[in-house]
Amino acid sequence: MSTTEVLISELVELHGRTRNSLMPILQGVVQQEKYLSEDAMITVARELNISAADVFGTASFYTFLDTIPRGKNVVRVCKTISCHMKNKEAIIRALEDTLKIKVGETTHDKQFTLLTANCLGWCHKGPVMLVNDEVYPEVTPETAVEILNKYGRSK
Amino acid sequence: MSKYMVNLKINNVPLAVEEGTTILEAAKTLNFKIPTLCNHPDLTVAGNCRVCVVEVKGARLLSASCATPVSEGMEVFTNSEKVRTSRKHIVELLLSEHNSDCTKCKKNGNCELQSLALEYRVGDHTFLSVLKPKDLLPDLSSPSIVRDNSKCIRCQRCVRTCTELQGVNALCVAYKGDHQTISTFMNKPMNEVVCTNCGQCINRCPTGALTEKNSVDFVWDALYNQNKFVVVQTAPAVRIALGEELGYDPGERVTGKMVAALRKIGFNKVLDTDFTADLTILEEGFELLNRLKSVLVDQDETVKLPMMTSCSPGWIKFIEHIYPEMLGNLSTCKSPQQMFGALAKTYYAEKVNVKAQDMIVVSIMPCTAKKFECDRPEMRDSGFKDVDFVLTTRELALMIKQAGIDFRSLEPEAYDSILGESTGAGVIFGATGGVMEAALRTAYEVVTGREVPFTNLEIKPVRGMEGVKEASIKIKNVKPEFAHLEGVELNVAVAHGLSNARKVMDDVRDGKTNYHFIEVMGCPGGCLGGGGQPIPTSEEIRKKRAEAIYDEDHNMKLRKSHENPEVTALYEEFLGVPNGHKSHDLLHTHYKARIRY
Repeated sequence: MSTTEVLISELVELHGRTRNSLMPILQGVVQQEKYLSEDAMITVARELNISAADVFGTASFYTFLDTIPRGKNVVRVCKTISCHMKNKEAIIRALEDTLKIKVGETTHDKQFTLLTANCLGWCHKGPVMLVNDEVYPEVTPETAVEILNKYGRSK
Repeated sequence: MSKYMVNLKINNVPLAVEEGTTILEAAKTLNFKIPTLCNHPDLTVAGNCRVCVVEVKGARLLSASCATPVSEGMEVFTNSEKVRTSRKHIVELLLSEHNSDCTKCKKNGNCELQSLALEYRVGDHTFLSVLKPKDLLPDLSSPSIVRDNSKCIRCQRCVRTCTELQGVNALCVAYKGDHQTISTFMNKPMNEVVCTNCGQCINRCPTGALTEKNSVDFVWDALYNQNKFVVVQTAPAVRIALGEELGYDPGERVTGKMVAALRKIGFNKVLDTDFTADLTILEEGFELLNRLKSVLVDQDETVKLPMMTSCSPGWIKFIEHIYPEMLGNLSTCKSPQQMFGALAKTYYAEKVNVKAQDMIVVSIMPCTAKKFECDRPEMRDSGFKDVDFVLTTRELALMIKQAGIDFRSLEPEAYDSILGESTGAGVIFGATGGVMEAALRTAYEVVTGREVPFTNLEIKPVRGMEGVKEASIKIKNVKPEFAHLEGVELNVAVAHGLSNARKVMDDVRDGKTNYHFIEVMGCPGGCLGGGGQPIPTSEEIRKKRAEAIYDEDHNMKLRKSHENPEVTALYEEFLGVPNGHKSHDLLHTHYKARIRY
């Protein structure tokens, strides 16, 4: 069994085999592997006895259940109105310049993926940035780059 | 329990309907037509297209009538200014994301969106088109189904069809908002995913997003080629549905006119799949008797029961994908279409003195999966591709129109001989339960020497539209050679639509059943509801087609497959005995496991 299969069988053990365990299982896989590979989705389909298309349909609906490979650390910058008015563009530019990637891309060393996100619910403290599960409110272009260092950015 | 009646008014007309009725259904009882797109009588309510909106007095917003139940004192307006303007805008918004190149669309003239656009006189570019050029490339990978997302309005009828009726779930709704799309797993091409090619999605698509892979031009090319001898076979369910494409009401039989039209189109010989349906009954009937003997007498554990029918290529691909461990239960008999092809290019070619390589075999089928079946590498036992081209009922109607034939004025004609004679048992292959009924008519008589104990040979328990049907026949006073079957209660089951098949298969796998023989047809209603049949479809239409099939059977002189004189002659002159050596070479096949997910 591959590591993904082991992970999924553990998640199935934890959450059960019914259709409504699909979400927590997918979230569990993404937490470990950062994205849902084809093999992972097929394994989940087999475990729950549903079609792979059904798994893909569910996964693709949710922005946080990625179906394409992501880096070890996923950086998301809020793109909605409040953060936009607080100049989220400058944050994105700084991150792009530092990581040498565009939004939607992953660094060559697979350490960072840069994405935008819809409202993260921190409108009173924008612009806001999310790294994996950690929220960073009121970031500036400078602090945003410093935060990356905490996640092992090689300079 | 008596239901509550709810009083309401629709367009100021008072009425009372049962609690739980939707506004759409209530309006229908008063003959107020409300347009729909995502709604379909065979499927659950989705309420996503919004064209059925109506005004409910006192409500802030318009309501989707398909998804809103009636309530006491409700006042509904189906045609107010607000309703009409909104509907028009809704259609215009749908069109803003739709590839409206109607003249090049295969559904031109039979498209629900097109009809609505015409009815509501949509404006010229009220909304800018947001169609993305990258979406303009259709998926042509499947031999049966063409998927063109640029025509898709995301009503999700196909997804519901594939899930609810077929239990396959090859299609899903992927992504959300303006990225929402109908997709396969990882948007893979249709020929790489778990799709049975049944074509039920095509039958329910309101636009041209799902259509069959058209082979009409290949057939015209063959007909125009002077060096080719082109024979055509017509499946049982085509004759009772073709009329619908040509202006007849559902359930009108056009067998004789269809034969005449095929001759006019230019086929050298017009032959009948019903002939090989009769042949299938002999091969499959004897296979069942052999299996029963192997299991009951020889206790051979390699032989599997219950035996399952193998006529429906959608069902075959379903079991190859989903229940590969049970392929041994499938009858090894090819489908009637493929038996016909294999015989046409061997036995028949010799009879009519045509070289097999100069013969083109065309099938007219109610089915899109048949297009896949004829391409299977196993289906070349004549030494050539046994069946060259498959046309659906819809494609035949197109050819008849292209040929400029006035169908109504045609005088009925008879099929050519040989390979044109059939019995009522062959005809009922087109309806769910038909193969079972035909098989029992023959098998019972072979074993006991007497006719099946049902009035008029009509085995009613296996007829009708119930999803899973069961019957038992006690076998008594058998012929000496079938002594091992004396007193045996033969248990049979019939399922149609693949989600019903799944129920039966799960029960069989879990050992909950004691069936000996199971008939499965992939499509709801059997072949008469096939993916190649005229659009629209509904249970009401399918019931009318079934009545027509049983009428056709009722009016036949011969109604038992083993009485077909051409089949008898075929065994005497060519095949020898059912399940004999030659039969195995030409008429039987094998299956293979396919990806499960």
